[in-house]
Amino acid sequence: MAQAFTKLTATAAPIMRTNVDTDVIISINRMIGNSVRGSLGKWAFGSLRYLPDGSDNPAFILNREPYRAAEILVTGPNFGCGSSREAAVWALQEMGIRAIIGSGFGDIFFANCFQNGILPVVLDKAVIDGLAAEIEASQGAGRLDVDLQEQTVTSPSGVRHSFEIDPRRRAGLLEGLDEISLTLRRDQEIRAFQASDRTARPWIHFAGSSAR
Amino acid sequence: MIGSNTAHQMPDKGGRIVDRRGRTLLAKIWDQHVIANLSDDTDLLHVDRHLLHDLGGSRGLIDLKNRNLPVHNPELTFATPDHAISTASGRAGTIKTGWELLAALRTETSASGIQLFDIDQPGQGIVHVIGPELGLSLPGCLIVCGDSHTCTHGGLGALAFGIGSSELTHVLATQTIIQRRPKTMRVTFDGRLPFGVTAKDLILALIGHVGAAGGTGYAVEYAGSAIRDMPIEGRLTICNLSVELGAKMGLIAPDDTTFAYVQGRPYAPQGAMWDRAVAAWRSLRSDSDAMFDREVSIDVGAIIPQITWGTSPEHVLGVDGRIPDPADIADPARRGAIEIALDYMGLKPGAPIAGTKVDWVFIGSCTNSRLSDLRAAAEVARGRKVAPGVRAWVVPGSETVKRDAVAEGLDKIFIDAGFEWREPGCSMCLAANGETVPPGQRSVSTSNRNFIGRQGPRARTHLASPAMAVAAAVSGAIADVRTMER
Repeated sequence: MAQAFTKLTATAAPIMRTNVDTDVIISINRMIGNSVRGSLGKWAFGSLRYLPDGSDNPAFILNREPYRAAEILVTGPNFGCGSSREAAVWALQEMGIRAIIGSGFGDIFFANCFQNGILPVVLDKAVIDGLAAEIEASQGAGRLDVDLQEQTVTSPSGVRHSFEIDPRRRAGLLEGLDEISLTLRRDQEIRAFQASDRTARPWIHFAGSSAR
Repeated sequence: MIGSNTAHQMPDKGGRIVDRRGRTLLAKIWDQHVIANLSDDTDLLHVDRHLLHDLGGSRGLIDLKNRNLPVHNPELTFATPDHAISTASGRAGTIKTGWELLAALRTETSASGIQLFDIDQPGQGIVHVIGPELGLSLPGCLIVCGDSHTCTHGGLGALAFGIGSSELTHVLATQTIIQRRPKTMRVTFDGRLPFGVTAKDLILALIGHVGAAGGTGYAVEYAGSAIRDMPIEGRLTICNLSVELGAKMGLIAPDDTTFAYVQGRPYAPQGAMWDRAVAAWRSLRSDSDAMFDREVSIDVGAIIPQITWGTSPEHVLGVDGRIPDPADIADPARRGAIEIALDYMGLKPGAPIAGTKVDWVFIGSCTNSRLSDLRAAAEVARGRKVAPGVRAWVVPGSETVKRDAVAEGLDKIFIDAGFEWREPGCSMCLAANGETVPPGQRSVSTSNRNFIGRQGPRARTHLASPAMAVAAAVSGAIADVRTMER
C-alpha cells in the first residue's frame, strides 16, 4: 500500500543532466537480493555521489548543504529512463525524496513512482529550467511548494505553475490506495473475461497442454 | 473477440461514442484484453503471459504470500533464472546472492505451481529469448515481465512491456495490469539492408534520429519493406531496443514469416487450434486508414554499421564517423551532456571512432544472443584471432541456442578464434551476476545499454551488432566490419 501524498513544501535539488537512467539512480550491485529495501538510500546516485575511493564527491549537489535535506528533485529531460527496476524509486524514497519535477520521465519509472507514493510532475522544459535557475540563485534556500490537491508547483518567488495529472493516479496518491485490493474487487469480471476468452482464444489458456 | 464489440466504440472525452475505424495493430490487440475501462484512457487489461526471472520473481511471490493471496493463474506464469547466475561452466562463481535468488525462485515457483525452466534444462535462458523460442510468446498475446526489455516479444506481434515490482505483484495476484493507452508511433523502414548492416544497426540509427526520449509515451509499430523482409530474430532485436528510444512497447504485425517461426514450438497451439489461431492472427495488422500520432520514415539503404560513442544509446554514429566535439554544439545543455559522456568514455573530441582501442568484447544479451546472431558473429570470426590483450566472450541466449550452436560447430569457431564460450544468461549486459568489465576498460558489446556503470563500475561500453563486435575483437579496436566480411 502506497503512502499518501497531498502537499509538500521543501528544499529542492536540481539534477539537470539529460537521460539520468535508473542504473545511475541505483546500481545493480546495490539492489540485488530480496532483502535490500532499507539499505538503498545511501547508494542512490552512487556513481555520481561517491568518488572511486568511496568518499563523497563534493561536486555532486546532494552532497552539499542545504541540498542534503532535499525532498524534491528538479530533473532534466528523460529522468528515470532505462531499466524497470523499482529499486530506483525505493532508493530515492529512502534518501527522503517525495516529489520529482521534470520535463519528461521514463515511462516505467513514472509508473513506479505512483506505486510508492512519490509524485512525479511533468512541466514544460522552460518552466523546469526556470525553477532550477531560481533554486540555484538562492543557493538552495528557496523552497518549492508542490500541491497535489490544487495541482500546482510554486517557485520560491511565488510563481505558480499548474500541472496535469491523470485523475485516477491523483486520487490514488491523495488517498494512498492499494491497487491490488481494488482490482480484486473486480475478480468476478476478471473470471468472466477469462471464461469467455477460453472459448475465443483457447491457445492462450491451454498453451502446450499436450506438450507437458 | 472479447471486449472488441464495445471496446472499439468508446466514449471520447466529451462522452460521445466514437467508432474507432481505421484501427492500429496496437488498438486491436489492446481492445481484445480490456476487462474494464477504469477511466477515459486507462484500462484493466488481461495478462496472457507473465514471465518471471531470478532477479525479481521470488520477491513478488513472497510479497503475495505475505498478503495471504494465491497466484491468480499459475498456468499463465513461467519462470527462468537468467540475471544473477554465473555463465561460467558449471555455473561456477555464481555470487552468494545469485544462489539465494535461484533457491528462492525454485521454492516459490514450486509452491505456487509455476513452471520453472531451470539451469541446464532446455528452456532455460534469457527470459526474452526463451519466450519466443518455446512458443510461449504468441501473436496478439499480452505479455508482461519485470524487465524493461519485455518489448522484445513485440517482434512476434505481441503486446509486451516491462513492469515494476509493485505491478509484478499485482499481476501475480490478479492476472491483470492497469495501463494507460499509449499514443501510437509508426516507424517505416523501407529499402534493402546494405552489406554489413543488420537489424541492430537499423534500430540504433533510429534511436540516433529520434533520441532516447523520442518514443516516450508511445507504443511503436515497426513497418515497411525492410521489416517485412526481416526474419523473426531480427524483428526481436528491433523491438528489443524500443525502450532505448523511450517506448515501453514496440511491435510488428504478424505475417507468414511469424506463423512459420511459431508453428511447431513446444507451447504453440497445434492441429485445429493452430488453424483457428492463425485465422485470428491474420487480422492483427493496422488498417490502411489507421492514424498514428507520429510517423517516422527511415531509408534503410542510407544506413551503415552503427557504433555508440557515449553513455546513452542516442549517442550513436556510423562506424565511419567522428566523435562529436562539444565545441561545435551551441545548446549549452546538449554541450554539457556530450562533455560528461566524453569524459566518462575517455574519448577525444573530433577523432574518428574507428581505431579506438578496446579491451573487452561481449556477444550476448536479449538483444543479440540468438542463433542467427551467433552465426553472423562466427562468420566474421572464422579463421581469425582475437587480438592480443582483448578478452572476448560469447554468451548464448538460451540452453537451446547453445545446443543448436554447438551442433553447428559455432562454439568451435569461436574457441579456435580465441573467444570464451559460456553458459546462457544475461551476464555482462547488466553485470547483475558479478561478471563485469573492469573499471576504466573499454568494451564493445552487442547488448542494449551503454549507461554509466552498466557493465561494471566505470566500465566504458560501445554498442554494436554481433558482426561489428567480432570485428572489434579481432582488430583490437573499433573497426568497420564491411572491410572484413566475406
